[in-house]
Amino acid sequence: MCTVCGCGTASVEGHGHQHSHAHDHTHDHGHHHHHHGHDHDHDHIETDEKGDIHFGKGLGATHVPGMDQKRIVEIEQNILGENDRYAMANRSYFAERDMFVLNLVSSPGSGKTTLLTRSITDCKDRFSMAVIEGDQQTSNDAERIRETGVKATQVNTGKGCHLDAHMVGHALEHLEPEEGSVLFIENVGNLVCPAAFDLGEAHKVAILSVTEGEDKPIKYPDMFHAAEIMILNKVDLLPYLNFDVEKCIDYARQVNPKIKVMQLSATSGEGLEEWFGWIAEGLEAAKVKKPA
Amino acid sequence: MHELSLCEGIIKVIEDQAVAQNFTKVETVWLEIGEFAGVELDALRFGFDAVIKGTVAEQAKLEIITTEGSAWCMPCGETVKVSSRFDACPQCGSHQLQITGGDELRIKELEVND
Repeated sequence: MCTVCGCGTASVEGHGHQHSHAHDHTHDHGHHHHHHGHDHDHDHIETDEKGDIHFGKGLGATHVPGMDQKRIVEIEQNILGENDRYAMANRSYFAERDMFVLNLVSSPGSGKTTLLTRSITDCKDRFSMAVIEGDQQTSNDAERIRETGVKATQVNTGKGCHLDAHMVGHALEHLEPEEGSVLFIENVGNLVCPAAFDLGEAHKVAILSVTEGEDKPIKYPDMFHAAEIMILNKVDLLPYLNFDVEKCIDYARQVNPKIKVMQLSATSGEGLEEWFGWIAEGLEAAKVKKPA
Repeated sequence: MHELSLCEGIIKVIEDQAVAQNFTKVETVWLEIGEFAGVELDALRFGFDAVIKGTVAEQAKLEIITTEGSAWCMPCGETVKVSSRFDACPQCGSHQLQITGGDELRIKELEVND
């Protein structure tokens, strides 16, 4: 650490981001250069328009060598690092058990739970399944799932707007999903916050119903960017609506050129076979692929 | 309001660091937040003020460094500046872009007192 101003010498170089001032002018005073490498205002040293450096602009407005107790601690940690560690743990849990895990995200009312119950009913004989249900309140959804005979654990987030990897880890302890099963994690109905939280899933599946606006992919770009697949649900209602399917898909591809799109109706059953087939393929791949 | 969860994450990191790096008071917290990090800065500041109570960062000033979005344009074969996830390449108009910057969500450093 620099004892002159308290700047951490560890933060001198290699930040990998743009900095607007590097204090790299030459001067022949006996002190060293202060390469801060940030573009925020460091108020304890200032450089004026002539390139002169001013110490003693800090909180104490003074500068006494050796008397300054302040120091800079370099952290360089991802704010979501804690969540990501839990997500990693979940991911290895899933890998050890050959599980294929999908994180279902959508607005409230897009038909997530209906799609889920339909998928479970139709695929019961094809593969084993389990469900983690996220909502702010009530166990209604988990009960709807349990009625189908599949294991389900409800996670109520209380005030929370998303599931995080830690909550999912706890849910797994209760759920005890079978080896080689498909796990559906139904996130809280919200197209914003769940985008940022990795739960350890193989893929995020964004569900959009055609009764919503076709521009949702660009209104909530983070989510559609994070998703592997977009399901357009309730397509049986298209004749009664002004929903422009092509435009919606174009929007989705703008935020995520690689996004896979499936059009289906959980009620009428059209398009479901493609969805089930995609899940079956994913599960096979999960069984073959062993963690390195 | 996932900003509040982020703030709790920030405090967790700071408290861990306070033990590891031996400091008792945080004066300033510098965060690096990208344009595409999905963070509402006002909400983050609000959440920060709420979670610092009773922690080593109780008096801390929050400084946020925002980083610009950038993407790799496949047709152009170079890095271009973008300001949203659905921007087209400013040079060729293609949407074949891979976001390369602006996702940052990091605690950069702390100014601390022993």
